[in-house]
Amino acid sequence: MSKTLFDKVWDTHVVRKIEGGPDVLFIDRHLIHEVTSPVAFLGLKTRGIKVLFPERTFATADHNTPTINQHLPVADPLSANQLKALETNANEYGISYWGLGHQKNGIVHVVGPEYGITQPGATIVCGDSHTSTHGAFGAIAFGIGTSEVEMVLSSQCIMQPKPKKMRININGKLGFGVTPKDVALYIISKLTTSGATGYFVEYAGDVFENMTMEGRMTVCNLSIEMGARGGMIAPDETTINYVKGREFSPKGEAWEKALAYYRTLKTDADAVFDKELTFKAADIEPMITYGTNPGMGMGISNAIPDASHVEGGVATYEKSLNYMGFAEGDSMLGKKVDYVFVGSCTNGRIEDFRLFTSFVKGKHKADNVTAWLVPGSHIVEKQIKDEGLLDILTEAGFELRQPGCSACLAMNDDKVPAGKYAVSTSNRNFEGRQGPGARTMLASPLVAAAAAITGKVTDPRTLIEELV
Amino acid sequence: MAYDKFNILTSAAVPLPIENVDTDQLIPARFLKATERVGFGDNLFRDWRYNADNTPKKDFVLNNPLYGGKILVGGKNFGSGSSREHAAWAVYDYGFRCVVSSFFADIFRNNCLNVGVLPVQVSPEFSDKIFEAIHANPKTELEVNLTEQTITLLSTGEKETFDISSYKKDNMKNGFDDLDYLLSIKSEIQEFASQLPI
Ligand code: SF4
Repeated sequence: MSKTLFDKVWDTHVVRKIEGGPDVLFIDRHLIHEVTSPVAFLGLKTRGIKVLFPERTFATADHNTPTINQHLPVADPLSANQLKALETNANEYGISYWGLGHQKNGIVHVVGPEYGITQPGATIVCGDSHTSTHGAFGAIAFGIGTSEVEMVLSSQCIMQPKPKKMRININGKLGFGVTPKDVALYIISKLTTSGATGYFVEYAGDVFENMTMEGRMTVCNLSIEMGARGGMIAPDETTINYVKGREFSPKGEAWEKALAYYRTLKTDADAVFDKELTFKAADIEPMITYGTNPGMGMGISNAIPDASHVEGGVATYEKSLNYMGFAEGDSMLGKKVDYVFVGSCTNGRIEDFRLFTSFVKGKHKADNVTAWLVPGSHIVEKQIKDEGLLDILTEAGFELRQPGCSACLAMNDDKVPAGKYAVSTSNRNFEGRQGPGARTMLASPLVAAAAAITGKVTDPRTLIEELV
Repeated sequence: MAYDKFNILTSAAVPLPIENVDTDQLIPARFLKATERVGFGDNLFRDWRYNADNTPKKDFVLNNPLYGGKILVGGKNFGSGSSREHAAWAVYDYGFRCVVSSFFADIFRNNCLNVGVLPVQVSPEFSDKIFEAIHANPKTELEVNLTEQTITLLSTGEKETFDISSYKKDNMKNGFDDLDYLLSIKSEIQEFASQLPI
């Protein structure tokens, strides 16, 4: 029978099917961090059980970590406590641990691919919804709850009903200044934040085929924001070239065997999806969000649409615009910007910093803007320095911080103050996400760069002739 | 973590007719710093419930003595956002055993089932009726019958059936979680692992 990419990977990992219940799904790689794991370890202790396959779990500290002075003790006692718990638990159960200051430390979804933990055709989970990032490699990757973290630790399995399948096709050439982030925000604005609930998405078409791995990760990362369990893209030469030779990638004979498996990972020509959607690359503009969920996005030169275009009814729409201090029909162009955040597992990779830097080169940061540039990992940080980007950024009035989740969820000190406006390359513009009362506009690193230079929402295309 | 067995729940309900209630509202990220699973109920809907100086916001439903009960009735797309199970713990810890909505976000729904909160999805029409009934009389009771898979508005006798897999239903009725099951098939899992392609 014809199968989709998703079917192939899923079916390969089903240990057992339960009648009238979920599948028992084997998990190849498990990523953990300090926030959603301590209670799971506590569960193991209470039940007196061990980690079944410690070599399949990897721990990094990211959600709570400071992004300056990482060599100093963490000041917030609660954060320090969680970080300590992760270290103690990882050591006690024999799990690789990349804590604060470790050269491999970084955001869980950035370091996973960098070290080859992320593999095509693998099942990957983490107690963080943006685990969908790893789908860029043709893996089935999704976020789980803490009870499930405990299940994976103790049995390397979780129990899941098989989701429905959706394919999103986009063909054509992306316009000037249109990035993978814009593609994702565009799709979410069309589907709404619940449009893909219950589905696992496959992205297909030449727009995705022509993307770098970094771009594909940005797109798959945001799958969760349309309600999908996850999103994936079939592995091709771009994927294989990225994966080959990384520290945890298979080597020698194992690599040959893996390669043979990777090559089977595509949707059969006559396979059927439960739902199929098609968009045109030419219709996508640089995007920005104006409301308090990622579905409330629009082309940057448009006006804020009326409630009928928005999921959730008039009350939700009004509450949202009220929170943002915006009105229906407003143009976003020219809106004041107080903070710019470039980072997170959505847009905290080297390509994002290259793009940001190419725009700000030779210009200067606006005085009214506080900019937080936070690399996703030490590798990204090193690349920024090695490629000379740091010098250009410094020249333009920017500073680089140290790796971590930072203002993406503002669990550390990087909080946008109440009422202030931030253009952020992260993934959520929920009320209070970037700090109590903070007002977030999601956008690409390019739109973020234009905002950082002009101090207001600006269409980057009006300020450049050509991108490097 | 084991939880109380669930069979029939008859209770008044707390109405929250807001759509897209996301996990950052259910429990803001700054309360995720615990290393133990206690005290989350206090922070359920923290920013809607309390002012910055920790005084209760009078107009929020959980601070309104008229409403109470073990059932929370939410708007559409309840629980969207992050995978944090803390959101489901907060709901359970606060004392809710059941959440009713016309649509649930996927991960939240799963998390609820794992921690002993029964998510009951009803039609948009029935959801409207429930809100109207509670509005007319805050003491209106709902009966949630897990065995029969029904939810009944006791004031009028109107009822709807809801979906739940037979596996999850058994678990809820017995207070079991998935881990109990997985541990029972450990050797099968180990054998399976040895034949994987990567
Ligand atoms: S950067 Fe944000 S979304 Fe990504 S793992 Fe960290 S907190 Fe989660």
